[in-house]
Amino acid sequence: MTTHTDEHYYVPHGSHWPVVGSVGLLFLMVGVSSWLNGADAGFYIMLAGFAVIIFMITGWFGTVIGESEGGLYNAQVDKSFRQGMFWFIFSEVMFFAAFFGALFYARNMSIPWLGGESNNFFTNLLLWEGFESTWPTNGPGNLGGEYEAMPPFGLPLINTALLLTSSITVTIAHHALLVGKRTQLAVFLAATFLLGFVFVYLQGVEYVHSYNDLNLKLTTGIYGSTFFMLTGFHGMHVTIGAIMLTIIFFRVLKGHFSADKHFAFEAVAWYWHFVDVVWIGLYVFVYWM
Amino acid sequence: MTTTTADTHAVDHEHDDHGPTKGIRRWLFSTNHKDIGTMYLIFSLLMFFVGGAMAMVIRSELAVPGLQFVHPEFFNSMTTMHALIMVFGAVMPAFVGLANWMIPLMIGAPDMALPRMNNWSFWILPVAFGILLSTLLMPGGAPASGWTMYPPLVLQTGDAFPFLIFSVHLMGISSIMGAINVIVTIINMRAPDMTLLKMPMFVWTWLITAYLLIAVMPVLAGAVTMLLTDQFFGTSFFLAAGGGDPVMFQHIFWFFGHPEVYIMILPAFGVVSEIIPTFSRKKLFGHDSMVYAASCIAFLSFIVWAHHMFTVGMPLTGQLFFMFATMLIAVPTGVKIFNWVATMWRGAMTFETPMLFSLAFVFLFTIGGFSGLMLAIQPADVQYHDTYFVVAHFHYVLVPGSIFAIMAGAYYWLPKWTGHMYNEKLGKLHFWLSTIFVNVTFFPQHFLGLAGMPRRIPDYSVQFADFNLISSIGAFGFGLSQLVFVLVILTAWKGAKATDRVWEGSHGLEWTVPSPAPWHTFTTPPKNRIADEAFE
Repeated sequence: MTTHTDEHYYVPHGSHWPVVGSVGLLFLMVGVSSWLNGADAGFYIMLAGFAVIIFMITGWFGTVIGESEGGLYNAQVDKSFRQGMFWFIFSEVMFFAAFFGALFYARNMSIPWLGGESNNFFTNLLLWEGFESTWPTNGPGNLGGEYEAMPPFGLPLINTALLLTSSITVTIAHHALLVGKRTQLAVFLAATFLLGFVFVYLQGVEYVHSYNDLNLKLTTGIYGSTFFMLTGFHGMHVTIGAIMLTIIFFRVLKGHFSADKHFAFEAVAWYWHFVDVVWIGLYVFVYWM
Repeated sequence: MTTTTADTHAVDHEHDDHGPTKGIRRWLFSTNHKDIGTMYLIFSLLMFFVGGAMAMVIRSELAVPGLQFVHPEFFNSMTTMHALIMVFGAVMPAFVGLANWMIPLMIGAPDMALPRMNNWSFWILPVAFGILLSTLLMPGGAPASGWTMYPPLVLQTGDAFPFLIFSVHLMGISSIMGAINVIVTIINMRAPDMTLLKMPMFVWTWLITAYLLIAVMPVLAGAVTMLLTDQFFGTSFFLAAGGGDPVMFQHIFWFFGHPEVYIMILPAFGVVSEIIPTFSRKKLFGHDSMVYAASCIAFLSFIVWAHHMFTVGMPLTGQLFFMFATMLIAVPTGVKIFNWVATMWRGAMTFETPMLFSLAFVFLFTIGGFSGLMLAIQPADVQYHDTYFVVAHFHYVLVPGSIFAIMAGAYYWLPKWTGHMYNEKLGKLHFWLSTIFVNVTFFPQHFLGLAGMPRRIPDYSVQFADFNLISSIGAFGFGLSQLVFVLVILTAWKGAKATDRVWEGSHGLEWTVPSPAPWHTFTTPPKNRIADEAFE
């Protein structure tokens, strides 16, 4: 009986990468916790943990890429990866849902209630007299002092255009991959991650502007909290997505991926569309409405 | 360069079909679902005793009125840590262990779909619980806010605070990766002729559980992240002065927390649905309706969360909605209870230890379900809220519920894991001691709660003294009886050789492989064997 890889589901025989990752997480979490508690050494422990995790990710993905290019993965393994990525993105959606939930709760419940709505007349009168329910707000305590809200039609609109364009370019790259136009694939992939990095850069510019000129900070009440936490986590995800796209770009240059086998490319493209959709939610509910 | 070496390395392994590597590397680097399942089960047993020891501290302090053994702050740490450890360290990993061992065997898969990630899901847990347990030694003590971590109380935690937050993050990462693995395995790795409705109930309930996990663990991560930023970075999510609301935390937390309680019970339903047919020698009554009932429970679990917050203040419409939605859960749960009873109806029943635990599960879980119905009635809950009645309720669904189902599953599948029959006499002793003492412990707590004894307090009015002493005696009895289980495990390799079938009435693919199950099973998918194995 000949065993052929195509018939067998590839089950790796042991891997040290997960344990390396756990050690990295241990150092990262203990480091950042001690640092927050005021121990300076914590910062360096955190950096060490982060370095171990980067090392783990590089090694683990390197192994997987090697196995993939070595032809060990049959169609069923490919399907497992796809489904795994789908559910991972779903978990990310739910993470953002928690923060969007906080935003909606604050805007529709807690702020109107602090302003005396529903049966909260005395809350308003006795605790927060004179507070009127508006959005955006830094709360009845005027936390963080006077500030200006982030206008939706300057940089954020440009960023929306950049991200939407990058979603189109990654789709063009995908079609180029399917029909075997490698140059077009590389060019549009490069355009995609460049647009992504420009987005992140402009987001940084916006933050500097916000802190320096608008006095809008993380500490600016619930508006500042939701604004920076939502855009911050989104920006982090765009950064990760752009880095992943860059890696895919270099793999394309090395000749990886074919029209019928390119899970990694698609996974990153899905991820990119996911950050795009989150941004649309952000633009509508955080900046615009 | 790296990729080439990794490549040849992997190809080498593809061709030799050797057994496990020797020594510690077998466990540290494992990608084998059986080894990882074993590690999960051992870890959860260890945590069961750690969390149990904390319960003993609680019951010692509460045995008689007055403060005797521990400082009230430490008492609060004990209730908090006991809950976190039992929920995330004992019950959940035990079910993941059973899933790891049994799902690939039940569906005819060579392993879990993503074996390396499977390893990581497990090896994050010792890190998470190492961090959590280390908080016991920190300035300010271990977290003492209750496992629900409500602000502003939780923000008074000492140095333990960020460690608490990040250990919860780690538990979440582990659970999400484990759940992704379970879903992908079930959807993608089934034997060719195993259609969805031919799947065993344990597989079905785990599929639904895994979906719940992926949907709600990130929400918990979001909630604790907001706690962290409120504490250290000046955000005001839970601060009224900034426009936030401490009650908002409770909404976000319980949006996770309610599905979480079904995460801990649905796999238990699955285990019991495997065992009752085997020892009734009949097929499961209403298999498909069981699937639909479990799905309904999962759906409803997302729209009932605020019944944990009836006294905290919310609009009347909200109270009505959450009350009725909660009561609705009794319908699909009733379907399941009646189906188990109907499965036993006119069956040729025998009462081996797994069956005994399953029968106790059906009966005692139902008691917990009924007290849940009482708590669901909003006007009545205003009286019960935060009393020992609630403690009695959730311990009935978690101890003779989830834990008994885990025990039942362990006894049921032990011969398949070890290749030997466990000591039936010890098993029965373990069962009877556990069942008697669990009721002695928790039944009086109903009365205490109805009489008004609040939960999470180290001291109480003398009128509650008698029932508390009974409860404490029961708790120590229950704790000691679990040592019998350890004895069963330690002697599990001493019994008679188990057959492949193990139990006379067992059906399913897991019983077609040898006992003990070889290190690799179903490397080629079993074709056309499902129909012979199911009770069709």
